[in-house]
Amino acid sequence: MKLPIMFVIYPEKNVLCFCSTTRTSGSSGTVTIKCKDLRVFQLDIPGMEQCLNIAHSIEALSSLDCASEMYPFFYRPQDLSLKNQWGLSNPVKDFAQLGESQDKWRLSEVNKDYSVCPSYPPVVIVPSAIDDDTLKKSARFRQGGRFPVLCYYHRKNGMVIMRSGQSLAGANGKRCIEDELLLQAVIDDSDKGYIIDTRSSQQAQQARMTGGGLDLKSNYSCWSRLHRQMERGKVLQESLIKLVEACEDQSHSVDRWLSKLENSKWLSHVQTALKTAGLLAECVERDGHSVLVHGSNGTDNTLLISSLAQLIVDPHCRTLEGFLTLIDREWVQAGHPFQKRCAHSAYSHARLTQEAPVFLLFLDCVWQLWHQFPLALGFSEALLLKIAKDVYASNYGNFLCNSDQERCALGVKERTHCLFQALMRPKEREHNSNPLYEPTELAIWPSTYPQSLQLWRALFFRWTQHFRQLEEAQEEIRNLVIQCCSARQNTERKHT
Amino acid sequence: MEHIRTPKVEHVRLLDRSCPGRKISVGTLYLSATHTIFVENNPETRKETWVLHIMVNNVERPPTIPTGSQLILRCKDFRVIQLLIPQERDCMDVHSSLTRLSRPESYSELYCLSFNPSLNKEEREESWSFIDLSADYKRMGVPNNLWSLTTANSEYRLCDSYPSELFVPKSATPAVIVGSARFRSRGRFPALTYFHQDTLAAVCRCSQPLSGFSGRCHDDEQMLQAVMKSNPGSDYIYVVDTRPKLNAMANRAAGKGYENEDHYTNIRLHFIGIENIHVMRSSQQKIIDVGEMRTPSMADFLWGLESSGWLKHIKAVLDAGAFIAKAVAEEGVTVLVHCSDGWDRTAQACSVASVLLDPYYRTIKGLMVLIERDWISFGHKFSHRYSHLDGDPKEVSPVLDQFLECVWQLSEQFPCAFEFNERFLISIHTHVYSCQYGTFLGNCQKERRDLRLRERTHSVWSHLWKERSEFTNPLYRADHSQTTGVLRPNTSPYCFKLWKGLYNHADKTATPRQSPSECLSAMREESQHLEDELAIQQERITALMGKPITWEKRTVPRKTSQSREGWGGPDPPSTYTYPVTSPAQNYYPAFLSDSTNQRAPTSPLGSKPPMKGHDPDDTSTCSDVESGVADLSSRSPSGEVSEVSLSTA
Repeated sequence: MKLPIMFVIYPEKNVLCFCSTTRTSGSSGTVTIKCKDLRVFQLDIPGMEQCLNIAHSIEALSSLDCASEMYPFFYRPQDLSLKNQWGLSNPVKDFAQLGESQDKWRLSEVNKDYSVCPSYPPVVIVPSAIDDDTLKKSARFRQGGRFPVLCYYHRKNGMVIMRSGQSLAGANGKRCIEDELLLQAVIDDSDKGYIIDTRSSQQAQQARMTGGGLDLKSNYSCWSRLHRQMERGKVLQESLIKLVEACEDQSHSVDRWLSKLENSKWLSHVQTALKTAGLLAECVERDGHSVLVHGSNGTDNTLLISSLAQLIVDPHCRTLEGFLTLIDREWVQAGHPFQKRCAHSAYSHARLTQEAPVFLLFLDCVWQLWHQFPLALGFSEALLLKIAKDVYASNYGNFLCNSDQERCALGVKERTHCLFQALMRPKEREHNSNPLYEPTELAIWPSTYPQSLQLWRALFFRWTQHFRQLEEAQEEIRNLVIQCCSARQNTERKHT
Repeated sequence: MEHIRTPKVEHVRLLDRSCPGRKISVGTLYLSATHTIFVENNPETRKETWVLHIMVNNVERPPTIPTGSQLILRCKDFRVIQLLIPQERDCMDVHSSLTRLSRPESYSELYCLSFNPSLNKEEREESWSFIDLSADYKRMGVPNNLWSLTTANSEYRLCDSYPSELFVPKSATPAVIVGSARFRSRGRFPALTYFHQDTLAAVCRCSQPLSGFSGRCHDDEQMLQAVMKSNPGSDYIYVVDTRPKLNAMANRAAGKGYENEDHYTNIRLHFIGIENIHVMRSSQQKIIDVGEMRTPSMADFLWGLESSGWLKHIKAVLDAGAFIAKAVAEEGVTVLVHCSDGWDRTAQACSVASVLLDPYYRTIKGLMVLIERDWISFGHKFSHRYSHLDGDPKEVSPVLDQFLECVWQLSEQFPCAFEFNERFLISIHTHVYSCQYGTFLGNCQKERRDLRLRERTHSVWSHLWKERSEFTNPLYRADHSQTTGVLRPNTSPYCFKLWKGLYNHADKTATPRQSPSECLSAMREESQHLEDELAIQQERITALMGKPITWEKRTVPRKTSQSREGWGGPDPPSTYTYPVTSPAQNYYPAFLSDSTNQRAPTSPLGSKPPMKGHDPDDTSTCSDVESGVADLSSRSPSGEVSEVSLSTA
């Protein structure tokens, strides 16, 4: 068992490393390790053969294909037990949140053996008027079997956010009565709803040529379509690669930096995501209509904007626990293919066509909210940074595999520990909470003006002295809050 | 006032550019001797917008539109106020009045000479002696056996733009000083600005030598030799020419230039490459234009930021300061700094170096002292650079703006190192332009003395000092590791950001709606207060019981039940939507076509709470155009109501 030993020696560092390059001269060599958390190490190793061996081992061990050989299966800290509760999201609990609307919705186990939709969890919430057969037919009409399911219920006005994959109308404009019924059941007869498509209408039309497409307006008369083009996959990945390159540029020219920053387009993607999520939130919160979100697969941008919109409108999602639950429900359970998307981070080869930093983009958008509303979110920047690291390489099993089905097959829930539970342990909790948190029931509308959006320096310049000073400031804030509390407490005790 | 043709115009509409919903309010416009005042008609709010005439940079009159004549006021604090006046005649009158009023021709027209913050003579004199430069020199340990006070410039004989009291190397004889002054542009001979006690190295400043291609001056060479000798720890000095080398070389053709290393022994020349005032002026204009773009894309914005070159210039200034600070603190080498005349770039470089070198200049009072020394006393031409009087537009340049921004960039990098917050820097910026106090008036000490400003005006420093609780950075702690010692900033390009607080401070949507610093300040105050109270209680009980009782302090998790006013609530977005005029209105949901009437239910806190930082005397910042909350009690500048008296009669 060579593998766990390697990891036990340097658990954090080795798991993260991705690519190493070797340079040898004479009797010694240099190994450069570029980590997925954007750190770069250089090891000078005496002995050429030794150096090559080490490089080779690191290379092999850092790109394991088989999830069951990964570190979470060997991580056994003393203070965690495998019998602890796993995960946070729970459809039954979510259903209970529906309150008086419970009769309009129901829990369906149509997917309990993952046969209807391989990327969905076994239990989903759907309109109560729709039976499982109808769901199955609707699933056949949706990309990846992702039929429309409830993902958020807005208690204030009873409106909902649904999500799905694209409809498979194809070039001939096929229709599916069951799918239409399903959507009709979401809204009352007199009402109308919006479909937010994360593609431009041109892209959606083009998708029809390959069997996909859009829900035709004539068939879904109560639903209006809004197209918002969001970049996907390769474009996002290239954007991240360019941004990280720009951040590593040693030149001292401001012009060069700004032009590289612009050229990476990362902040444009952040802006688009926040704008689209804002639109979705606006439809639900202010306009009072239900919305269905989808793109093509419904596993990337769909999840990005539906989860961001929930942060904007739902105060519960802004607590530490609520936020982790949101990630669990809207990303992990909802079937974002983490293993494909987050395998190699910014230092990746071009051949990795599935790699895409959608989840990182989500965290960046959350950070923008955190930055614009420093009091409204219950979690800390440190938590976001921790998750950004764990999504690429973790001691915990949450981000392994691509779907619930795959995780079940590997026994992830039985054989690994749960990150979300670990982050909420009492000793971690303080560090992961925002000391300035002040809950508000109001929606937090982000500004999407370019001046308001900032590069997330703590992530992209995590390993500079600069970041240390910002951390000190956070510590100082924490201390101030503690001081104030203890003063309050002392006075209160005094008075009683 | 003879320049006011129409003192009052009714039914004027004020367009709030900062508000994306483009909120329009109807009201009455008044022109007073000192201010433009807009009073909203809405009887519930009666919101007032005050603009000091001198804060108006230019008045633009775009073509008349069917609903009236437009007037755009662009202010020196980067606010933009757009007015719609029903009658074209009125608009023309207001335009010509404002054009004249915003460009005073003589000092006597300036606000500070009529401004009377109800202080008596003693208080005024006290306000002027609040900042004492000789005390600061004493603090840094001069005079000593290396540096001594010279009377060479008493009565401004040698150099009319220098202060009368200066510190020079002890070994420099009066003859050497005179000779050196003759060989330096405008007589600005090398003088001490900062002495670093830890290494005994110093920062000195002067103007360029009048060397031309081959000229030399024995006295000046002696002078630099003396500067070097005043630092026992080093056998050479750095001469930092803050200009780009090409510019310095070009100056040689005009009989000026830079030190020839063949003639001056033991100097090391170093060029920094800060551009001249003309480049800076147009660069700032570009960055203002970037801020004014209506709906820029991210690419537009970043491209605008890049092509303005502004951050590049800020970096150059900070690099200059960092170079000097490193030489003085780490190498222990004295630095002599100059540019052309030694009153713009030199002031920037020296003062940034001081901020980096000495924690004192990172305190509220310390920054005042620093500006008083390196800028005011050393003859930075405030009145020319910040166009206090109608004059040559080529003389105008945001030199001090750049220094303040460097300090701001540093405070972003070292959040715990500065005693003051951004608001303090912005207040200084405003007062540099507002001429409400005499502190920044004139171009040199001599001019200020001749104007008898100390008798006729008030000092801004003591006023700002009184307001210091508003300017305090809650994260500052005198014993923090960031606070003590020399700051070593990272000047990588990515460390520089657009200073939103200054350039977009009128743009509510662009600044964070929640301020952690306000919240923390409140907390800090509260805990101080509580602890004081506890101490008093304890004393009382001790007195009653006859024996001391102590409560051990406990650290408890913070409660979240307390309510606080500082919460700047969310705004409804309109950024996600299409313009109101979108032809596709019907197709899109209702919220796309109407953003105003849906605003109310979800955002009762949609507007900023009144800024605490407003100082009641400073009407130029009182007019909070962007605020939806009318808090007239805190806004009406009680100090000069009688004085302004809405001179409508």
